[in-house]
This record gives sequence, C-alpha cells and structure tokens, in this order.
Amino acid sequence: MVVDQLSDAELDRLFQAFADTTRRDIMRRVTVGEYSVTGLAALYAMSFAAVQKHVAVLERASLVTKEKRGREQIVRGNHDGLEKARRLLDEYEAIWRQRVARIADILAEK
Amino acid sequence: MTVISSTKNPEALSFILVAEFDADVQRVWQIWEDPRQLERWWGPPTWPATFSQYEFTPGGEAFYYMTGPEGEKAGGWWRITDIQAPNRLEFDDGFADDDGAPVEAMGTTHATVTLEDIGGRTRMTVQSVFESEEQMNNMIEMGMEDGMKEAAGQIDALLAEHARA
Repeated sequence: MVVDQLSDAELDRLFQAFADTTRRDIMRRVTVGEYSVTGLAALYAMSFAAVQKHVAVLERASLVTKEKRGREQIVRGNHDGLEKARRLLDEYEAIWRQRVARIADILAEK
Repeated sequence: MTVISSTKNPEALSFILVAEFDADVQRVWQIWEDPRQLERWWGPPTWPATFSQYEFTPGGEAFYYMTGPEGEKAGGWWRITDIQAPNRLEFDDGFADDDGAPVEAMGTTHATVTLEDIGGRTRMTVQSVFESEEQMNNMIEMGMEDGMKEAAGQIDALLAEHARA
C-alpha cells in the first residue's frame, strides 16, 4: 500500500494538465503509443508551437516523457504506471470523500 | 470524522473506503436503495446526478446522467450484480453516451458496498476495482472535470465578492 501524498503543487500541475481537451486527447494517444511532436501537431487544428506547449504542460505534470530521436522529439505516456495509478487513486479518493460528506449531511436531516 | 480509512492499492487497481455514520443500517441502506436520495449525493452539487432508470434488484440496470453548470451532460450506467438487503450491494459502473447507451470501450468499475451494524451506528465499506489503468483514468477525468468546474465557480464567487467590496 502506498501512503505518501501528492504535494499541492503536484496536484495543481495534474489538475492543470487535465483541464484542457487537447491535452486529454494527447494523453489518451500517447498512453497507447508513441508520437512525435510533429505527428501530434498534424492531428489538431493549431500551430506546432501550441501543441508543443500542451506537451510541455503534460511533461511538467510527469504525465509524459519527451525524448530526442534524430531531429524528432518523441512523446510517450510516462509508464511509471504505479505512480500514475497512485495519483489517480488519490483523485478517486477525493471524489468518494465528498460523497461520504454529502451522505452524512442527508443522514443528519430529520 | 466520517471517513475512517481509505486504502489505495495501485498494483491491484483497487480502492477501499471505510466510513461510519450516525444512523442505523436500514437508514443508510435507503441512501442506496432510493434513487431520489442517491441522486442527492452521487454527483457533486454543481454536477447533480439524475437516475432515469433504477432497477434495484440483482441483474437490474440503472441509467443516470450528471448535469453540469452549463447544461453539459455526462452519462453513466450500473448493472447490479448482487443485493443482500440491507447489508450488501455489488454493481458494475460504466459510461453511457448521450442517448444513455453503455459505452463498453470505456471499461467498467466493479463496486462492492457493505453495511454493518456497529452498536446502532453503521460502518460502510466501498470497494472499487478498476479494469485497467486507462479505464481508471477515464473515471477520474470525469471527476476531475467536476472538481475543476467547481473550483472555477468558487473563484467566480470570490471575484464577485471583491467587486462588491
């Protein structure tokens, strides 16, 4: 069982990373395969620089890794799987803690 | 404290939460059995859940959607796999499309809820087992978006207060 906590700064980065549709889409893709930044940029109606910026946000949140291969930058989901799973479980826990608080409120009604 | 403990097991992609309530088992069972009570707590206040179908019986199906502040909808379904009233409920929980049809590709979470009497009070244990990391990711994304929107609402409220001050 892993008991350590994410810092507020880490949580902020994680929330920020997931707060955007394009970044969520990039995450879905690089979790199952590897893409070059150029390859990703071709998928969206936005500039190469804009996509590169999205990748940088994901990288800061430790959700992806970037690696130089020749002239390309290859983006992959961070396969430190347990770490990611732990982060996700932290989030899931927050959802349930809120539910329990709401249940307690309902039960307190007379 | 209502929440007594939570156990996260990344290796098994599972999560266990134990909570205790100042109410008897029969009363706590109602918050699962009665869809009108269930929809008061399943979704966050800014994304309330509406159960359009609720067959609270083994093999029964439930469909719900959560409605966001701007009228966005996020759908889900349950398939109830076991009920032993008033102590045990098991169900699969997945995503539904805009028409309420299950999206099997998004995966399911299996939930087991047990209620036990502790001297007139109730201990509730909820275990969630995810199918895959990606599926857990999908599940959380939904919850995260809710959190984000809630946070945004709070910031708006703060800004409005400042504007008045």
